[in-house]
Amino acid sequence: MIHFIAGVVSSSNYWFIVLRSTAPILLVTLGAVITAQAGIMNMALEGSMLWAALVGVIVSAATGSVWLGLLAGIAASVMVALVLGFFALKLDANAVLSGVALNLVATGGTVFVLFALTGDKGISSSLPSKVLPTLTIPLIKDIPWIGKVVSGQNIIVYIAAISVVAIDFILRRFTVGRRIKATGENLDAAKAAGIDPIKIKFFTLVISGILAGFAGCFLSMGYTSNFTSGIAAGRGYVANAAQVVAGGTAVGSIFAALLFGLTDAMATYLQNIGMMPELIQALPYAVTILGFVVVTWVRDRRENERKRKLFASAATKSATKKEKLHGV
Amino acid sequence: MSNIKKFFVDRESLAPALVTLFAAIFSLLAGVVLIFIVSKDPVQSTKNFLLAPFLRSYNLYYLLIVMVPITFTGLALCVVYQLRYMSLIVDASLYTGAVVATAIGTLVSLPAGIHPAVAMIASGIVGGLIGLLPAILKIRWRANELVSSLMLNYVFYFLGSFVILYYLRDRSQTILSSMPFKQTFLLPRLIPNTQLHAGFLIAAGFVVLVSIFLYRTRWGYEIRITGANPRFAMYAGIPVTSVILYAHFISGFLGGVGGAVEMSGLYRSFIWQMDPSYAWDGVIVAMLARRNPKFVPLSAAFFAYLRVGADFMSRRGDVAFEFITLLQGMIILILASDKIVNYFKERQLRKQILKNQGGVR
Repeated sequence: MIHFIAGVVSSSNYWFIVLRSTAPILLVTLGAVITAQAGIMNMALEGSMLWAALVGVIVSAATGSVWLGLLAGIAASVMVALVLGFFALKLDANAVLSGVALNLVATGGTVFVLFALTGDKGISSSLPSKVLPTLTIPLIKDIPWIGKVVSGQNIIVYIAAISVVAIDFILRRFTVGRRIKATGENLDAAKAAGIDPIKIKFFTLVISGILAGFAGCFLSMGYTSNFTSGIAAGRGYVANAAQVVAGGTAVGSIFAALLFGLTDAMATYLQNIGMMPELIQALPYAVTILGFVVVTWVRDRRENERKRKLFASAATKSATKKEKLHGV
Repeated sequence: MSNIKKFFVDRESLAPALVTLFAAIFSLLAGVVLIFIVSKDPVQSTKNFLLAPFLRSYNLYYLLIVMVPITFTGLALCVVYQLRYMSLIVDASLYTGAVVATAIGTLVSLPAGIHPAVAMIASGIVGGLIGLLPAILKIRWRANELVSSLMLNYVFYFLGSFVILYYLRDRSQTILSSMPFKQTFLLPRLIPNTQLHAGFLIAAGFVVLVSIFLYRTRWGYEIRITGANPRFAMYAGIPVTSVILYAHFISGFLGGVGGAVEMSGLYRSFIWQMDPSYAWDGVIVAMLARRNPKFVPLSAAFFAYLRVGADFMSRRGDVAFEFITLLQGMIILILASDKIVNYFKERQLRKQILKNQGGVR
């Protein structure tokens, strides 16, 4: 068993699959990170992905263009994020509950639409949809082991990598990033500084919608070549756990998403050799929740430690003051 | 004085009831609009959707059967919502409860009557322990309970289907199915030649029990106080942590029992090909009931009515059953929107003020 796993982990094929299964999680995790930084939890990422996956397939089949499909998928995903924003920010609905509601709408709604169009509830194979292209990177593909892993991936995998840089820039280098953080950290202070928090939150929702759109389209037009019901498989929820693991940074998202990607790829591998799939399929979720718990715990302890030190130093200061007073 | 009292009582109870009614009617109308968009024979489909329980007596019994599991999840979610917790772990409790009941129903030999009771208690305890997990993660490690419960739902779903597949599966069947339950495990039918089973009465009993528990006992009172204001509860000397823990255990227990009742009442063997996700229905039932267990049967009946209508319509027409989740989502969105709720509250208030002024004159 250990021998087998060692063999798997050293193969370039395994790491190729790791990148492939990490990409969609990475994209939605980035989306969860940016909205969480603005102080709103985008629970509707799952729904965004589902609609993107379905609309992408339908439009690409109808127009024959995979790019129009991608665009329409992203538009659908952004729509979901905007509807969430409308309810959560304009109608003061509980953001988490509305997100959950939108996911429900998406789970059933995508099947409803698929059935109305094709008469099939499970899979969109009757639609002649296209698949997003893979890219071979000129020089890198010739590097022995790395070339096989990095080159030849689907275009969305590279977009995911670029998105990390983009989100990192937005959050750390641009003014809007500071505004996002201000909104998330202290709403009143942000308002006093002339920031419109609703606008900022809508902005982050749109960004997360775009990211979830890429992820959703990848699932149905790259990772697999069809839409199947429930294709997002909880990745939108995983993203909200991974967001915590990521610690609110774009770079942290890579590690958080890899946590899922590594186990997900291992599950794919073990399943192929006939290991019990049900047990293996539970693994990515179990590992994510473990990471989630460990990170929140460590962060909490560090926070407490900081507070204790703060209090301790304040206490000694006041003590020395008293001593001085008494000394005189 | 009595005028003022009445005024407050009315404002408190009438406005939310109106919103609930509004959400229900709105979802029905939206459903009809959707049917007209996609169906080739919209009039017949609408009729099937809205009148299903009255067209066939079979549908009426079916409605009562559908009420059973969502009553259990609705009650379970009422308890956690009283705490203002958002854990959805009852899904895992119900699924795992059903798996545990399957194991007891197929492998253990007990006399009739005791057999399903033992299964229900065992499933309830397992479900309760599972229900504790997100609460423990939240208390000990401050992990958001909604996120952790959703993850855990996946984990327990896969674990449960693993147990069914590798330990309880009937290999002579081509589709996934457990070995058949022992005769002693099956609950009796309330009315012969229908599927209406004694689980319906058990669910009704639990509605009474949970109502009494939440509104008539010290423990229920502690849960409600802790939910309304945890800090106040702490200063009042309520052991907040243990309140949160036993509330979650009870919630999970209800889910587990619900799973066992489904198995012993409705089925002859475990045949769920996927997670039935009754927790999501429970969310709506609990929200429509406004966290109050005594309204759960009413909202479960409404929701079962939607389900049965959608099912009947999809069998006889060209509209997919899944359209019900669209309505489900819409109901949650309306009920969760403070502005919509406030609109109804204000309207009620305005009416009341006008009426009071009239009285003074």
